[in-house]
Amino acid sequence: MRIDRRVIFILIALAVAIPMALNLVFVVRPSPIVEAIFDKVESLPPGSKVLISFDYGPSTVPENQPMADAMTRHCLIKGHKVYLMAVWATGEAQANVTIDRVIRGEFPDRENGVDWIHLGYKAGNQGLINAIFNDIKGMFTTDVTGRDINTFPIMASVNGLRDFDLILSAASGKPGLKEWVQFAGDRGNIPVAGGVTAVEAPLLYPYYPRQLLGLMGGLQGAAEYEAAIVRAYPKYRETSMVAVRSMGPQTIAHLVIIFFVVVGNVAFFIQRSREKKARVG
Amino acid sequence: MRREIPLFITFIIGIALVVALFIPREPFPELDAEFSRWFDIIAVFAFVLGGGNLLQVHVDRITRRHPDKWFSVVTLVGFLATLVIGLGKIGGDPGLKGNYIAEGTWFKVIYDAVFTPLTATMFSLLAFFVASASYRAFRAKTREATILLVAAFIILVGRTPLGYYLTFWLPDPLQFLHIPNLSAWILSGPNLAGQRAIMIGIALGIIATSLKLILGIERGYLGGEK
Repeated sequence: MRIDRRVIFILIALAVAIPMALNLVFVVRPSPIVEAIFDKVESLPPGSKVLISFDYGPSTVPENQPMADAMTRHCLIKGHKVYLMAVWATGEAQANVTIDRVIRGEFPDRENGVDWIHLGYKAGNQGLINAIFNDIKGMFTTDVTGRDINTFPIMASVNGLRDFDLILSAASGKPGLKEWVQFAGDRGNIPVAGGVTAVEAPLLYPYYPRQLLGLMGGLQGAAEYEAAIVRAYPKYRETSMVAVRSMGPQTIAHLVIIFFVVVGNVAFFIQRSREKKARVG
Repeated sequence: MRREIPLFITFIIGIALVVALFIPREPFPELDAEFSRWFDIIAVFAFVLGGGNLLQVHVDRITRRHPDKWFSVVTLVGFLATLVIGLGKIGGDPGLKGNYIAEGTWFKVIYDAVFTPLTATMFSLLAFFVASASYRAFRAKTREATILLVAAFIILVGRTPLGYYLTFWLPDPLQFLHIPNLSAWILSGPNLAGQRAIMIGIALGIIATSLKLILGIERGYLGGEK
């Protein structure tokens, strides 16, 4: 049985568009692997230093941006000092999205340079992580706006990656979360956690839980983190539901894909039994 | 000497970085930090090389009147326009340290209005191709393919709230059959074992290649042998 490719495309488009139009929302429950990140951020004393790296670009924004926003939001709720940076050139702009949406949008009282700072992007991939391990100010001589790094009070007690209490990364490839584990977490015994796209998540499981204390896998992981925040802090229900709302279209799209796999296999077995009968006949 | 000096530099830096990992006493950590800074500075020049290569390939296509020359024209116009706007920080603070992607800069407009929708569209198209490919290729033709199919089915359902709704009613003794639990088991059991095997294999390969580079056995990175 052959189904025209255009029929499949139209059904997938409808599977995404209709749940979006109907605002179909499922209840999401945090899994232990995501809960571990939430618990770590939750358990750090206020004022702890958390580095959040934006290691992705616009192509994976639907998966990575809710993760980055949720981690930043949770850190600010707990009163941690947040340091944003990127090992991807495109990550710098994505950090700006989080700053506008979460930091300035939900926590306007937090001051740039005191409560948070955007260090921007530097070239070097995992070499950059290696270089800032002992000397972060040697690589990031200014913040993203070009101001001298030594003029910011938030940088006064930070020299290298060991000065951070936690490193978080929202990543979609290389360099990403794996490189943060290998070049920073393992080497300095620094807690590392974060989120990656769904296709990359299976590659990170070998590091969990000893080297990677938690992992958000794809949109589902982001939704689980958002659900954990909403459960603990219901006042953030309105802003912290981006990934949870996106799970509706994703769930229906997965169902459509499963439907096509089942149809394809039923057709395959019917065809095979017909061929067998023809051969016997 | 054109070959001996790079080989000597590779040997010294390679040995120093390996030793620095195992001996955390000065001068090795400082050497490690210094070499890493050099690496990051050199990495910046990769952008210049990449840009130069892009120009060379597409100018060549246009001058040879390749059938796809118009794609090359679009690539070159996009590349040069973005480069000039970004370097000039047009619309923003023109200073050397100014933020090229600050609000109001033309670069920010290009990023938001062109780059973001284009890359998002490219990635979104995957959903359509995955669905089409799943229908055509995901067939239980052999025992191995059937195992793959069942695993994919469990992961697909388990990575959505649907997995919870389908099997949450299972009694405690059968909770291991709860789809999210099965999905987590596949990822942290068979997947983990396979990934570890691959990673160990790759790591051994990297160690072997690195040793060949450090000891000067592998010289391909120096350019063509004459």
